[in-house]
Amino acid sequence: MPEPAFFVVMLAKIAVVFGLMLLSVAYLTWLERKVISDFQVRLGPMRVGPHGLLQPIADGIKLMFKEDIIPEAADRAIYVLAPTLALIPAFISFAVIPFGDRVRLFGQSIDMVISDVNVGLLYLFGVASLGVYGIVLGGWASNNKYALLGGLRSAAQMISYELSMGLSVVGVLMLSESLSLVRIVGAQSKAWFILLQPIGFLIFLICAIAETNRAPFDLPEAETELVAGFHVEYSSMKFAMYFMAEYANMITVAALATTLFLGGWRGPFLPPVVWFLAKLYLVIFLFIWIRATLPRFRYDQLMRFGWKVLLPLALANIVITAAFVALR
Amino acid sequence: MEWLLFVPLAALALGTAAFVILLRNPIYCALALVGTFFALSGLYLLLQAEFVAVVQVIIYAGAIMVLFLFVIMLLDVGHEPPPWLRRDRPRLLLGLGLVALLVLELAVAIGSWIAPGIRGPYTSDYVNAVGNTQLIGRLLFTEFLIPFEITSIILLIAIVGAMVLARRQ
Amino acid sequence: MTQAFNMADLSTALPEVVLSLVAMVILMLDFIVPKGRRDWLGYLSVLGVLLTLMVLCRQWGATQSAFSGQYLIDPFALFFKILFLASGGLIILMSIGYLRGEGADSGEFYALILFATLGMMLMASAVDLLILYIGLETMSICIYVLAGFLKRERRSNEAALKYLLMGGFSSAIILYGIVMLYGLTGATGLKEIASTLTADTLSNPALILAMVMLAAGFGFKIAAVPFHMYIPDVYEGAPTPITALLAAASEIAGLVILLRVFLVAIPGLQDRWALLFYVLSLLTMTVGNVVAIAQSNIKRMLAYSSIAHIGYLLIGVVAGRELGISATLLYTVVYALMTLGAFAMVILLCVGEVKGERIDDFAGLAQRSPMAAAAMLILLLSLAGVPPTAGFVGKLYLFGAAIERGYILLALIAVVNSAISLFYYMKVAVAMYMRDLPPAGLALSPSRPLRVVLFVTVVGTLAIGIYPGPFLDLAKSSIAGLW
Repeated sequence: MPEPAFFVVMLAKIAVVFGLMLLSVAYLTWLERKVISDFQVRLGPMRVGPHGLLQPIADGIKLMFKEDIIPEAADRAIYVLAPTLALIPAFISFAVIPFGDRVRLFGQSIDMVISDVNVGLLYLFGVASLGVYGIVLGGWASNNKYALLGGLRSAAQMISYELSMGLSVVGVLMLSESLSLVRIVGAQSKAWFILLQPIGFLIFLICAIAETNRAPFDLPEAETELVAGFHVEYSSMKFAMYFMAEYANMITVAALATTLFLGGWRGPFLPPVVWFLAKLYLVIFLFIWIRATLPRFRYDQLMRFGWKVLLPLALANIVITAAFVALR
Repeated sequence: MEWLLFVPLAALALGTAAFVILLRNPIYCALALVGTFFALSGLYLLLQAEFVAVVQVIIYAGAIMVLFLFVIMLLDVGHEPPPWLRRDRPRLLLGLGLVALLVLELAVAIGSWIAPGIRGPYTSDYVNAVGNTQLIGRLLFTEFLIPFEITSIILLIAIVGAMVLARRQ
Repeated sequence: MTQAFNMADLSTALPEVVLSLVAMVILMLDFIVPKGRRDWLGYLSVLGVLLTLMVLCRQWGATQSAFSGQYLIDPFALFFKILFLASGGLIILMSIGYLRGEGADSGEFYALILFATLGMMLMASAVDLLILYIGLETMSICIYVLAGFLKRERRSNEAALKYLLMGGFSSAIILYGIVMLYGLTGATGLKEIASTLTADTLSNPALILAMVMLAAGFGFKIAAVPFHMYIPDVYEGAPTPITALLAAASEIAGLVILLRVFLVAIPGLQDRWALLFYVLSLLTMTVGNVVAIAQSNIKRMLAYSSIAHIGYLLIGVVAGRELGISATLLYTVVYALMTLGAFAMVILLCVGEVKGERIDDFAGLAQRSPMAAAAMLILLLSLAGVPPTAGFVGKLYLFGAAIERGYILLALIAVVNSAISLFYYMKVAVAMYMRDLPPAGLALSPSRPLRVVLFVTVVGTLAIGIYPGPFLDLAKSSIAGLW
């Protein structure tokens, strides 16, 4: 591919993915409210647009025009920086996830992934592990007890669960013999890895929920004890950035679960992109379902579960998988 | 072409490293160190060592420095006056003088050195053909097997040691 | 090039494998054995050490390189591995009673000593800078933890923290030297480094700088002056068996890698590093001996005394060649025996409230326990270098080597230093024999393992002193083929 065309295609892909991501984030809030209200036998947003479909847009406009308050005792530089630090990793991590097969368009073959990095999975983990900075620093810079506690909890929680999350995908790596997500999808042409790695999938899913700070692992923001945790002092667009980061992270981990365990874009009849989105939203629905169902963990339960249950389980899974791979 | 990326990254690495020791607020110092790790990771990428670059971010920026921040916030470490405001100026000057001397000597020494050049088999063509991660994995379990295994023992010792010291008696 | 893993490589490292397995088993048994009965873990550890020694002795006389040439078993490595294992075993024996007295008996203590010994064994066999460094860290991390093992004692905490900071600092300096050597030569193997350095590259200032970095880093590890400032506090604060481990084993391990690196990797710079160690040796023994006079705490006194002994050991390195290096090897054995014995005596005096750490605590020991006093006297005479003890023989060969190679002044100063040292060692002897027993003095009841330690060290000291021939031959044959 000639260089200018390469850049054009690349920019186009980035623009499309980024745009879709923003749109998804906005409508994910609507989806979540609707689904949860269904679970709770109520209607949810109905006023703005048919079935409240324009609600996210109204919310967005409202957040943008709200007064932006920075507490006087806050550490200004970090207070302003923190939401950005949360948002950027959430968005750039999608860059290595393949959302379709290679297609031919205008005589060029185009990969349906922004960049097929040969250490793609590690890149994802690396970027994801940076998301915690936004939360910890935001909590600290607010100069508020609740916010600091939320930030500290989040740091401990993310590190604890990141470990098990990393170990849970080792089985997948051993089976696919690659860190490139494109090749991992390729390796699932015969069987999805959820069939070969059910325990790995389960651990991954649990850790993914913990990493995105969602219920039942939403201790960093626990409304009932910490008011709103790390973002209690944030308002207006900065608050919106945290909000967006959270939902973007949710999309990313769901996409990762899809890619690693559910065969990515693979599927019969329908076009690959549709399959990809369908699986993605299935996982997201699962997240929402769990939130609507389960109560929050206590902090010590959270730590014990992460270190004493998930970690040994993930290690055992690796040993068993390794034995199978070696004997195969 | 490489210079376009190398110079800013190197400058970033050095600048943030300097901030680590010069800034007053320990949180800022820790963040500056994160910046250093990022710049180093970028330099590794320039060397086509993708695996090392990413692992650098995951382990140092993603795990170790988060724990550092955690500890700093938990202990609420006080602000230290920057070195140039402390009383022991003679010592500072002595230190700076020694550093200048060291840098000077390094400059002379490295400038005059002709690398005798043992050329390893791992050229970038070869590495790219086999695959960066695959090659590292293979080397760890063949040529560098014994350091690799001992490192696992070191980690075990570190865990046991931490438990021993942290446990209530 | 890459080379697949094979069993032959593993068999060369079999003693290390056995030792690490023993240590891990001890760690696991620690969960099962109830508190108060964990003495058994100590005895089991000693058994493990003996087992390792047996496996190790099958390598007698063998020379074999393994693991892509990074690991070497040769008589030199074997000599020190036996020394380290023996020291490790004796230290565990000392610890059994000590830990019970401190109410801190636990399997982790023994396991960490075993792991530290493992690190030293790796250092002895390392012919690659990478393994050498990793072995060093294995040993150091264990000792950082062990030094702070008595968590309720502030001095122990202080010792651990100081040792951790200085240890980390010195490791960084060593690493800097290693990095420079690697950057200059493109190799980490000691032999490869030597073969890359040709005559015209030897005078390069960067190489000299690397050499100085390594010498400074190793200087910290072996506690040479001026890198010794943390030693007295660490020795005083650490649990006494760990002080013995530091003095008798860890410092010798530092000396081993120093010998390997300087003799094998940069022999071309011998003129320069001999001068460097000349100055270090002179400073180390003089400062050690002079400051030791003023000490009233026996652990601190022994700390400075061990610094002084490191100074003597460096004389052999300066003298070099077969004579100097073999004298150094012989003296490491002598030094280890005397030091272990002396610290065992300190543990022996840990009765009730009396901690046995002030020199005054030795007052009237001859009345309390004539045997113990006699043992201590022999050890003290050996430390001072009085015939017919091992200390005398060791010094004779060291100073002799220096004179032979023309370092008359160094030998002279060393003799003067020995005379100075007699003064403070005899202070303890005078306290034991000339002063009256304080009224609070209790009867001594040494535990059985501690008696074994004292017996071995005292008899060993006398044996080498009276009949040094075989030991000297062993030292000489151990350095064959080192270059």
